[in-house]
Amino acid sequence: MKTAKNKQKSVKSIIKKYDGDKTAMIAILQDVQEEFRYLPKEALSSISKQMEVPLTRIYEIATFYNAFSLKPRGRNLVEVCAGTACHVQGAANLMDRIERDLKICCGETTKDKKFTLEEVRCLGCCSLAPVARISGNIHPNLTQDQIPKVLANYK
Amino acid sequence: MVNFIIDGKKVEAKEGATVLQVARNNGIVIPTLCCHESVAPSGACRLCVVEVKKGKRTRIVTSCLYPVDEGLVVETKTERVMNVRRLVMQLLMARCPESDVLKAMAKEMGIEPQPAFHPETDKGKCVLCRLCVKACEDVVGVSAIGLSGRGKDKKVGPPFVEDSKACIGCGACAYICPTEHIVMEATDGKRKIWGRSFKMQACEKCGRYFAPVDQLKYISQKTGTSLKELAVCVSCK
Repeated sequence: MKTAKNKQKSVKSIIKKYDGDKTAMIAILQDVQEEFRYLPKEALSSISKQMEVPLTRIYEIATFYNAFSLKPRGRNLVEVCAGTACHVQGAANLMDRIERDLKICCGETTKDKKFTLEEVRCLGCCSLAPVARISGNIHPNLTQDQIPKVLANYK
Repeated sequence: MVNFIIDGKKVEAKEGATVLQVARNNGIVIPTLCCHESVAPSGACRLCVVEVKKGKRTRIVTSCLYPVDEGLVVETKTERVMNVRRLVMQLLMARCPESDVLKAMAKEMGIEPQPAFHPETDKGKCVLCRLCVKACEDVVGVSAIGLSGRGKDKKVGPPFVEDSKACIGCGACAYICPTEHIVMEATDGKRKIWGRSFKMQACEKCGRYFAPVDQLKYISQKTGTSLKELAVCVSCK
């Protein structure tokens, strides 16, 4: 776990990377999210202080984009596609199965902090429907039966 | 100076003025919610729509943002304008069914709530016009409140929906809110807004509670006037 001081330090270095450019706020938040897997409240406050941007403005950006999370996320992000093609091919069943297997609802994180489950609109590979993306890896033509095996690889 | 026609009347206006300003100066009534003289117009409430004819083209625009121009023909009460305005009003009423301000406005315009637009129950009286956010940022200069979320989850408030450290309790947001969504409770010596309680300063001469201590501190910091000087209310100065 990162200590509070280390957190401060990494936020500082991220801001420095962009020369404190206010227009690079989204990029900065993306980097912070990569570092902590979510946007910690303290990180947003310190960005606000260091860059002299009101906290409300940063909060507005952080809550607007789906890619940003204000809640801690698990080590692996499971994104189940619910786009039209995947939906037609039974994405809802996939989601059901994963929810049951991980014992969490969509949008939640498992107790052991290994998985966060989210629904996304389209991953841009409709010919592989139904798909899920786990920690950046696309799993094509998924069926319910494959799910325990797939998830086990990430445990 | 530019010359143009509004509701069939020839008028002269300063360049750069908006259609809404000129209409109001000429006694033409256009309903608005998000228009306030101390904040730049944004066209958020869409109630001020008018029909504008420039050359051959006629279109519906928000009069609070549209600058006047030579040879412009503006109509503020045509059927097309009223249709748009009615629809906007019906949607606003579905969003904020409890707002007395909206109800009164709708009554004046002769509009009934439409069953097709299902009334919301969790939006309060907020029409998301952003007036409070802009007043807090541009007029007061503290940016204590802002919008968060997106689409149907969008709402106004302090970040993380908790006591804002930046808020000075001035109440400008409650004052400027056109639909009375933002509530400020005042009891003796205390003022409550956005869930946070502010200690009020009593005037050193008359003893009247006149401003939050945090606001006086902010003014003192900004202008360099001593807190002691500020501890006397305006009527005792």
